[in-house]
Amino acid sequence: MTTSLFGERVQRLEDPRLLTGNGRYLDDLGRDALAAAFVRSPHAHARIREINVDRALDVPGIVAIYTWEDLPERIGEPLPLLIPHPALTHGRTARPLAKDVVRHVGEPVVMVVARDRYAAEDACDRIEVEYEPLPAVVGIENAVRGEHLVHPDVPGNVGAHLVQEVPSADGRSAAEMIEAAPHRLEFRLDIERSASMPLEGRGVYARWDPDDGSLRVYSSTQTSTSVRMAIAAKLGLPLPKVEVIAPDVGGGFGVKIMHPWPEEVLIPWAARTLGREIKWTEDRREHFISSAHERGQVQYVRVGFDDDGRILGLDVTFLHDHGAYTPYGIIVPIITSTQLLGPYKPGAYRVEFSSVYTNTVIVTPYRGAGRPQGVFCMERTMDRIAAYLGKDRTEVRAANFIQPDEFPYDHRLTFQDGRPLIYDSGNYPEALRMLKELIGWDEFAKERERAAAEGRRIGIGIGCYVEGTGVGPYEGGHVQVTSDGRVHVSTGLTSQGQGHQTAFAQIAATELGVPIERVSVVTGDTRRFGYAVGTFASRAAVMSGNAIALACRKVREKALRIAADALEADPGDLTITDGIVHVKGNPSASIPLSTVAVLANPLRYAFDEEAKRATQFATAASDDKPPVAEGEEPGLEGRDYYSPVRSTFAYGMHAAIVETDPETAEIKVLRYAVVHDCGRLINPMIVDGQIHGGVAQGIGGALYERMVYDEHGQLLNASFMDFLMPYATEVPRVETAHLETPSPLNPLGIKGAGEAGVIPVSAVIASAIEDAEGIPIMKMPISPSELFHLRRTASARVG
Amino acid sequence: MGTETLYDISLTVNGVVREARVPARRLLSDCLRHDLGLTGTHVGCEHGVCGCCTVLLDGEPVRSCLTFAVSVDGHEITTIEGLAAPDGTLSAVQRAFAESHALQCGFCTPGFLCTVTALLNENPAPSDEEILEGISGNLCRCTGYQNIIKAVRRAAELSAEQERDGTGEAAPAATGAAGAPRASGATGGATGE
Amino acid sequence: MKPPPFDYHAPRTVGEALEVLADAGPEGKVLAGGQSLIPLMNMRLAAPARLVDINRIGALDTVTADARGVRVGALARHATVERSAAVAERQPLLRQALRHVAHPVIRNRGTVVGSIVHADPAAELPAVLALLGGTVRLARHGAPEREVPAAEFFLGPLESALQPGELAVSAFFPALPPGSGTAFCEIARRHGDFALAGVAALVTLDDDLRITTAKVACIGVGPVPVVVDVSAECARRPAASAASPAVAAAVRDRVEPEDDIHATAEYRRHLTGVLAERALRLAAERASHG
Repeated sequence: MTTSLFGERVQRLEDPRLLTGNGRYLDDLGRDALAAAFVRSPHAHARIREINVDRALDVPGIVAIYTWEDLPERIGEPLPLLIPHPALTHGRTARPLAKDVVRHVGEPVVMVVARDRYAAEDACDRIEVEYEPLPAVVGIENAVRGEHLVHPDVPGNVGAHLVQEVPSADGRSAAEMIEAAPHRLEFRLDIERSASMPLEGRGVYARWDPDDGSLRVYSSTQTSTSVRMAIAAKLGLPLPKVEVIAPDVGGGFGVKIMHPWPEEVLIPWAARTLGREIKWTEDRREHFISSAHERGQVQYVRVGFDDDGRILGLDVTFLHDHGAYTPYGIIVPIITSTQLLGPYKPGAYRVEFSSVYTNTVIVTPYRGAGRPQGVFCMERTMDRIAAYLGKDRTEVRAANFIQPDEFPYDHRLTFQDGRPLIYDSGNYPEALRMLKELIGWDEFAKERERAAAEGRRIGIGIGCYVEGTGVGPYEGGHVQVTSDGRVHVSTGLTSQGQGHQTAFAQIAATELGVPIERVSVVTGDTRRFGYAVGTFASRAAVMSGNAIALACRKVREKALRIAADALEADPGDLTITDGIVHVKGNPSASIPLSTVAVLANPLRYAFDEEAKRATQFATAASDDKPPVAEGEEPGLEGRDYYSPVRSTFAYGMHAAIVETDPETAEIKVLRYAVVHDCGRLINPMIVDGQIHGGVAQGIGGALYERMVYDEHGQLLNASFMDFLMPYATEVPRVETAHLETPSPLNPLGIKGAGEAGVIPVSAVIASAIEDAEGIPIMKMPISPSELFHLRRTASARVG
Repeated sequence: MGTETLYDISLTVNGVVREARVPARRLLSDCLRHDLGLTGTHVGCEHGVCGCCTVLLDGEPVRSCLTFAVSVDGHEITTIEGLAAPDGTLSAVQRAFAESHALQCGFCTPGFLCTVTALLNENPAPSDEEILEGISGNLCRCTGYQNIIKAVRRAAELSAEQERDGTGEAAPAATGAAGAPRASGATGGATGE
Repeated sequence: MKPPPFDYHAPRTVGEALEVLADAGPEGKVLAGGQSLIPLMNMRLAAPARLVDINRIGALDTVTADARGVRVGALARHATVERSAAVAERQPLLRQALRHVAHPVIRNRGTVVGSIVHADPAAELPAVLALLGGTVRLARHGAPEREVPAAEFFLGPLESALQPGELAVSAFFPALPPGSGTAFCEIARRHGDFALAGVAALVTLDDDLRITTAKVACIGVGPVPVVVDVSAECARRPAASAASPAVAAAVRDRVEPEDDIHATAEYRRHLTGVLAERALRLAAERASHG
């Protein structure tokens, strides 16, 4: 096939638009819409005594002010708990506007609608809310102490508690295995909060059409189909009367998979109530205090191992901070507890977690979604074992690897999709070999000596992970070839910069044999495709990619059938090249796909020259057959779905060399290397880009970013001044190498790549700093100030 | 609360004189986006840190979210919409960004394009260190910057090629309506030598 | 995050500006570069009732450098001062410090005098002015201009001697004495952030390349820039040994850092000592090659 673009570094089709200012993000729409703003709680925990809006009423441009009391019953109810789980015994969700009690700084209390955002904020300033402060629960350990409660009916602040246990092959428990092991270690690890922090915040823009009784909503979301269902349910509208569109989205990284946000319910409701277009564009401060965070955990590890470092028993108990509410369920700690195992096969495993309430912003998946914490836990454990045994850190890892001939490998655990955790494919020893070569692992000792001679301190670190990607339940694709020869592809899931328009066009162009310029892709628009789950868990390429490929195959089959009729050939003898169906080996016997598309749709009316061919007096159809044959549909189009039995498992290994300044304790990443296997690559350029970006976020999480709450639940660094997202000057160059172990689970053999870069970074950097400093690093992120104090403590201990 | 005074201002945006009636507190970013409909300039933080809203003011990159529109009445502004040539041909910087996969979600991209365009106008062959310093005030959450740095190098190459081939304009990096931004901005003043 | 409303004035002359400021009194606030003020307004942490925009007063957009020193007008942008060869020749510390001020794009708009008047103890330029013993010229409607020495200008965090109704029209940085060198060293969490600690140093040598004067100004470790004269600790030592543990200790003893979310007080104190050594070493080296 001359047009095979699968695997090529195709330049992105999105770019010409985005490079010229022609992208359309949420706030670029609805120029004449009214603007909404919110009065949000300044307290982490308080009872609302009184709300007085009088002083706001004379603000020029004010249109409406709503408190909880103004909301109809269905709108004012608590928002849905999206992913129920039997272990989440005390799930709680917020109402769109607070009723009686606020439980974190930033919780919406009053909604203001005005001529523009300036006026709306003026009005917010003048609304007086009287609060009676209640004791705030901040910090995981304060939460489990249970002295004060976030929700009065949740004892001990524990929302969920889950234990999973996998005994050894001979039926012994992890505790027994650890007890019987030749060596044992026990330690605690801490990871702090960070956040997705896309540069475009959230936003909702709603248009009510009173004549049609229909609603169109634009939302900067990672799941337009599900937002649509939520809005239809909340507003009591028939589903066909609601359209939800994700326009260009300025980054998501997980936070925009949460839905429906209070604003996603309130803005459409207000638009219908007022009969006006309304838009809410989240500002940066709102994003910090009223969207979502992730990562905060405290982990307690017990491990037993043999002389080779093989883990005989592993017991992990961890506490997960899920913030004030649990609208997204306990997906994050479930992922931590299962993906912690990485490429390894401990003899026996027991994991127990408690997911606890605090008076802080909610916790929902952020790129990596619980995996960075799990990998941190497992990889720190590997390094501890190596240090204890005096072994090379890569040797200990290799001793624990699942081997290539052991796939599919069943961990005998239940994964985040409710299905068994069974790895599909991989080659971990080979990845480790490649990584060691890429970073120069075996030569590093010499490098360290050279540096030491110059008074410099350097260290090397490593981290391995396995990532369940492409979780179900399904995605779909629709492909239509129109009579101009253009190919229109649509899929329901959304895009936030992953280059889906390009990757999916590559798949369609390859499957159909058409030039990529003729392919256009639409994502996240319920007008075009109504069934979808969303973009998260590195699933878009696997799910929609395969669905689109399957839909294309249907279209191709139909095209060949119609062309075979026209060319009086056998469909099996036909192929499609550059958009033309022809007999293999005889290019002159051909018919363009555009004509096939015309013939596929028998017409009564000729609306252009091309269409004449399909009209009733032009075709030589036989008189005794219906114009549309039985089992056929008019048009050259196809729709198909991909629904996997279970997830695919991508994996990777990262290594870094860091330098720590002996005087100032500054930490600099000198080199960063990644070996990555996400199955077959659709577009290596895009995959590399995903990895670069993931690593940068990982570096942020390891060395710069954290959410600093004081004991009153105030977020002290709710701005880009103090939440230290890395600039170009803080991010190392990433060296990448790929392995391509196809997944046997799907037609294209692909796995996901979206989260790979970020997952092991904290583990890798901790490993490298520990190597440079000779001080155990048990807590991430780490700042120069913290390293300085670790040194002080360590030297005091030695001294 | 009283009604605010409105000011009639005139800005030359991408070579075209544009009029707007704005209150004094109207941020230049909002004026461009909402009053003039040029939504290519993005707003990511409104406190001057992210750089998404960077535009060229008399040829020099500035944060439009930290500038009142009324304050720059009468000045020249170049936005992302003005970087390509009038016939739509992308500038060297724009082409380099596409070639190098220097953008993903595209939200920070307008700020980077304006910053890099000015950087290369002033310094057509920057060193790696100068590139890093030049883009050090712009946040990107998607790319990890690696391909952005690559794109700046590539843009310098493309501009140099254009120059050599004689296809280049006076302003190598910005071929568009921006024309050749002045070497020193209107704010330059006398240096007293 | 939109700024609250304000009354706007855009005078074209200094006289006009002073009249407006006199009339506005405590309600008036001067807008120059706006790179510190507008973020505060966008976050509604500052809400001046009357804003006096001096961006149209061409007479304030000046930078003059001569044998006495560098005078920077209220409208001169960081970038202009940073790029000026004449400034670098007369007082190199300005360029050395300006390179640490935020990012290039911010420096295109922000002004030197604005940064000084903002009096952020973590900012670079107040320390430069304090170290060099510079002055700020303040004007008021119907009164003679007054020249306030740095030592009297910085009163506390974000607090200066500038009174309501006054306009800071320029700042003066004395020229570098012969045989002198300067340096500015700082450490920030990210490139361009406010420093965790930073030290400006000035070293003057005699003809035998021995130290006669050594001074540092430390940022972010007190309510105002902390100037420490370490001439005694360096007394008559050769330039090459300007930095010593004793000097670092003397500087550490004088600063009063506080804990914040980015670093502990103890770490900042430690860093200030390290940076004082580095800056003094560099300044002495430049003085001896000068």
